Amino acid sequence: MSEDERSESGETEWPQTRVLENTLYCGVCHLPPEYCTWGPNPAKCKVWLRDNHPDMFTVLWNDADLTAELEQLQISEAKASETAPTLTPKQKKKAEQAKRVTIKRVERTKRKCVVIVTGLDKFEPDLKRVAKLFAQRLATGASVTKCPQGGEEITVQGDCQDDIYDIVLDKFPNVPEEVIELTEDTKSKKKSGGA
Amino acid sequence: MFKKFAPKEEISSQAKTKSSVQRAIRAKLLEQYPALNPYADVILPKKAPMVLIKCKDNISMIMMNDTYLFFQTFDGPYYPTLQLLHKYPDIMPKVQVDKGAIKFVMAGANIMCPGLTSPGASLDAGIPKGTPVAVMAEGKEHAVAIGLMMMSSDEIMKLRKGVGIEPVTYLGDGLYKVCAEAALSALAHAESDSE
Ligand SMILES: [Zn+2]
Repeated sequence: MSEDERSESGETEWPQTRVLENTLYCGVCHLPPEYCTWGPNPAKCKVWLRDNHPDMFTVLWNDADLTAELEQLQISEAKASETAPTLTPKQKKKAEQAKRVTIKRVERTKRKCVVIVTGLDKFEPDLKRVAKLFAQRLATGASVTKCPQGGEEITVQGDCQDDIYDIVLDKFPNVPEEVIELTEDTKSKKKSGGA
Repeated sequence: MFKKFAPKEEISSQAKTKSSVQRAIRAKLLEQYPALNPYADVILPKKAPMVLIKCKDNISMIMMNDTYLFFQTFDGPYYPTLQLLHKYPDIMPKVQVDKGAIKFVMAGANIMCPGLTSPGASLDAGIPKGTPVAVMAEGKEHAVAIGLMMMSSDEIMKLRKGVGIEPVTYLGDGLYKVCAEAALSALAHAESDSE
């Protein structure tokens, strides 16, 4: 069939197609519901379909026992929440590090030191305010600097590691105690107990 | 091709086409999918702007009214998005895979000849190599994928082994998700406009 024939004879010469308006897509996985079985979370899809399109639900899953399905869904959700963080040991480690707050005591000279707080920016967006709080509470200086690894850290003047630990616990209830790490960076190999 | 497609990272340019380009693309699309002629003013309205989105790997996509319609690589054939194909299901030749092949297709695997020649499958004779085809599935109403014939249908039936069709897009891949999200947000817009 040439171009000319088409335009002369009009629409009837074109190949025909059906037009399916309002094809239903699953509200959970966005696939056509007949494909939910192969989607990421079929049990959830089933519940959605039952609640939103019961007619289609009975067609697609006519023998489905939904109580069993729901139980399975709860189990799989529970499993998912259990297994989600343990993706791979590497990823886990990365994720843990990402949410870690370290309060590091760094010796500058024998008698002077600073404390560097990293990781707080994951919990508190306004680090300047935090630095000010530290400075006021401890009557010292505190500043916000960018860390080389990205993100921001607070440097507090003086030997105040434990005080900062207490302030963080006290003022930032959203920072769980177990993510806080206290470390020390001594320049010279200290002769321990060298009194 | 779209397994991990996420346009936010992959779009290199996005621009309204000049009207001459829009006309040319429209003509090419209607030439490749003549069954769409009666619906051309609905799908490809002359007055609405046509947006050409260029992504990496020389993929470009055509969008109108916030809906992804077609895509192509280099200047190869245009493929409809699966959502468009679901609405106009008869615009391209169809092949059918058996039920057992669905999960592999939805994982992005090549479609092997046995999946096209088994009892649950169906394959019309005379489809040449290099034809874009709609991949249907045994017992399902909607297409599961769109692919490119790597052999002619006669070769597939004769050889009965090897890769018969290379998937271009399939249900649940990156492109599919992007289109689904775009459709949802377009719907939300329409609803808020009508309020
Ligand atoms: Zn679903």
